[in-house]
Amino acid sequence: MKDEVTSKDRAAGLKGMGTSRKRVEDVRFTQGKGNYVDDIKLDGMLFGDFVRSPYAHAKVVNIDTSAAMKVPGVLAVLTAKELAPLGLHWMPTLAGDKQMVLADGKVLFQGQEVAFVVATDRYAAADGVEAVEVDYEELPVVVDPFKAMEPDAPVLREDLAGKMEGAHGPRKHHNHIFTWEAGEKDATEKVLSGADVVAEEMVYYHRTHPCPLETCGCVASMDKVTGKLTLYGTFQAPHAIRTVVALISGIAEHNIRVISPDIGGGFGNKVGAYSGYVCSVVASIVTGKPVKWVEDRMDNLMSTAFARDYWMQGKIAATKDGKITGLWCHTTADHGGFDACADPTKFPAGFMNICTGSYDIPTAYLAVDGVYTNKAPGGVAYRCSFRVTEAAYFIERMIEVLAIKLNMDAAELRRINFIRKDQFPYNSALGWEYDSGDYHTAWDKALKAVGYDALRAEQAQRIADFKAGKTRKLMGIGLTHFTEIVGAGPVKNCDILGLGMFDSCEIRIHPTGSAIARLGTISQGQGHATTFAQIIASEIGLPADDITLEEGDTDTAPYGLGTYGSRSTPVAGAATAMAARKIRAKAQMIAAYLLEVHDDDLEWDVDRFVVKGDATRFKTMKELAFAAYNKAIPGLEPGLEAVSYYDPPNMTYPFGAYICVMDIDVDTGEHDVRQFYALDDCGTRINPMIIEGQVHGGCTEGYAIAMGQEIAYDEMGNHKTATLMDFFLPTAWETPTYTTDFTVTPSPHHPIGAKGVGESPNVGSVPCFSNAVHDAFRHFGLVQSHMPHDHWRIWKIAEDLGLHAE
Amino acid sequence: MSKMHVKLKVNGQEVEGLAEPRTLLIHFLRENLRITGPHIGCETSHCGACTVDMNGKSVKSCTVFVAQANGADVTTVEGLVNADGSLGVIQEMFREHHGLQCGFCTPGMITRAHRLLQENPSPTEEEVRFGMAGNLCRCTGYQNIVKAILASADLLKGQKEAAE
Ligand code: FES
Ligand code: FES
Repeated sequence: MKDEVTSKDRAAGLKGMGTSRKRVEDVRFTQGKGNYVDDIKLDGMLFGDFVRSPYAHAKVVNIDTSAAMKVPGVLAVLTAKELAPLGLHWMPTLAGDKQMVLADGKVLFQGQEVAFVVATDRYAAADGVEAVEVDYEELPVVVDPFKAMEPDAPVLREDLAGKMEGAHGPRKHHNHIFTWEAGEKDATEKVLSGADVVAEEMVYYHRTHPCPLETCGCVASMDKVTGKLTLYGTFQAPHAIRTVVALISGIAEHNIRVISPDIGGGFGNKVGAYSGYVCSVVASIVTGKPVKWVEDRMDNLMSTAFARDYWMQGKIAATKDGKITGLWCHTTADHGGFDACADPTKFPAGFMNICTGSYDIPTAYLAVDGVYTNKAPGGVAYRCSFRVTEAAYFIERMIEVLAIKLNMDAAELRRINFIRKDQFPYNSALGWEYDSGDYHTAWDKALKAVGYDALRAEQAQRIADFKAGKTRKLMGIGLTHFTEIVGAGPVKNCDILGLGMFDSCEIRIHPTGSAIARLGTISQGQGHATTFAQIIASEIGLPADDITLEEGDTDTAPYGLGTYGSRSTPVAGAATAMAARKIRAKAQMIAAYLLEVHDDDLEWDVDRFVVKGDATRFKTMKELAFAAYNKAIPGLEPGLEAVSYYDPPNMTYPFGAYICVMDIDVDTGEHDVRQFYALDDCGTRINPMIIEGQVHGGCTEGYAIAMGQEIAYDEMGNHKTATLMDFFLPTAWETPTYTTDFTVTPSPHHPIGAKGVGESPNVGSVPCFSNAVHDAFRHFGLVQSHMPHDHWRIWKIAEDLGLHAE
Repeated sequence: MSKMHVKLKVNGQEVEGLAEPRTLLIHFLRENLRITGPHIGCETSHCGACTVDMNGKSVKSCTVFVAQANGADVTTVEGLVNADGSLGVIQEMFREHHGLQCGFCTPGMITRAHRLLQENPSPTEEEVRFGMAGNLCRCTGYQNIVKAILASADLLKGQKEAAE
């Protein structure tokens, strides 16, 4: 009994998994001592800035840089002409397409990079940009992906003329990129034609942008003496960037050092390879000086990494009592001028085929057509795992549409269609193996927590009052049960540019019992330095406070594929646990030697190996660490360190149940989120405080996306939302307050059972907010209205439904 | 462009330097003085990452010319640590309540919160949310920022009472 208490005390002292350990990063950040890219200032550093296209589609007839070169402080101006001899005027994209680094004869979207001005500081660079003269000849613009596919639509990508085979199979039109299919077409069509009920709807998930508070940027520094290139940048995947730079620049990979310093939020924006990186590297080689490039906010919103823009036509079939029998989806994906989506190679539409969601749908079919338009390239996973958020929005809207058709309660419709606990591992009709889940438990907990039945009664009363003229406010109850798919991924399925999506961790234990761990991932605010140390602490029994964590320097960290798609915990977290277990295994042999017993006669107890049956004979990890460096142990090498490269056997499938209650003013279109309840199941919880923080943040992004945030273009391809005045980022004033909750269904294949949580709240909250808006008007005949639900659009719903006074 | 001489007080220290008339305060702080706590998130007065305290008011230093700050008394987040180098109350409360993630908005947030609590030492949650609405955060959803500021208010009031 007494022993048990001390074990517990010792475990508490480690601040391992399950504790809300305060973040180690915060001591620096709260006093302004972070080190972000724009904080870097090297001797003689220059600054680069882009001349950007004012047109969405135009021929570039001539670029005159002579006046710019006369501007005081301007040292060089790069155009495609200068880059062409190096073969760097185009670069490969992550999606198997290629993209202009600088306009090569034409521009395909407003804000496209046309020339790169290098000057002594950012003011002189801006002066230089003003002085570059470009002659354009306007071409017809296509911003609508459906119009882009019409037979006589203008040809956007002349460089692809005649190429009817793309990176992902045949192209069927000059503006077509790929068709990607999953599931069974004929079988699904058969189910649809024979079904009791079929609901059909077009669900549009509009174009938006991750917009982290820090924009993208880099500092390239070519050391002419050593021939070594150091590239600092806001990279979510530093090793992949190193390999890409090596492949496209011809600089040997060992001569490239990529460093991601502190990153001011990523959310997918910082996964891609951008023109600014290439131009900075070239400019540093040309000038012999370090060159910094940092986007301003307008550059960021116009050119790097939009997200979503999926037109999803859906059909869902069910029996008359609501059992879903089939799902059909055709998506038109607007990829902009170049296909620069950041998806694993074999998944040009990401994991859109998770669109059967949390439901047991026996037959399904999905087809996605990627299309070029005169918009910015990108298509990144904005805090989601490769199109999962589109998939979740689609299915959660289709469920609601079906509920309307069946005249059923949408909570009940979900319940009768959930995959049951005993069906896991569950093979979905579109090809995934869901690892684990307990949806009914989570759902019941959520409905009970919000008092669902009472809410519905209140809503019924409200409708009656509204009809009686007693109120002008309607009430919506938004429901969502989402299933995420994260942790890409098994190397056999998932690679980026041929690089398998494993991840890695190296741990070195110092003689005095402290440690350093290095990972292939990179934190952008997720608190890796805090949480990964907690995993190690629990695995090897050294206090988390004694473990330093390093990421982001390719010269020191083991190779990894980086942080996006919620893959850090599922993949690098697993690598961390595995490396720690290798260390523990060696420590056990050292303990056996010191205690003069067979290693099988030892058992692990929190922070020590104890001789079985004799609690007085033990060696602590701290003692074993010292012994590893101090004792000559027969048959064992000195030292105590390990590295693990982890290739996950499967993805993990976090899930959650979200409920939102919203009041809507029919006359102004304003809304008030009265309540938002978020239950997440991310398997084993490493740091509950950090999980909660991730949920608050992700839900707030979801709130923005659903309620007002969009990247919009006019007919001419003019970007209408390129400042924070127009692009909605909620403030503390509008942002709802969230109630978080959880269930724990560990992943059966992950060493510590963790699934990842960072992106779940974005995936889950968008349909939840949107469903609340729809639900408020359901009883007045609304079936589907596209996001974002800003005040005007909500007012318009009411207007179209005839709810305003004559 | 010809440069002008500017002299101001930053975090209690007299500093001076040469700057173009068009130089923004944020760039002077970051590039000339290498005070990199205040960040740049937009350069258009929307995000608040560049917030500093100038003559007892919160300003967005991306919208102030350093020429306008000539002779001013400026405090940045670096100036809010205690004399012994430990974290100031608001900084400590942000850490305690997980009021930051990537940390990019944090210097502006804390500097703004510092001024808000001078203006209104016992704010309600609503007043905190309204008073902080000039500062955007993309990571936290504000919930823990609000908590941290309310907790700071309590602690600061306690300290003041103890001192009196
Ligand atoms: S940088 Fe000054 S408000 Fe955004
Ligand atoms: S903590 Fe990242 S923007 Fe606020």
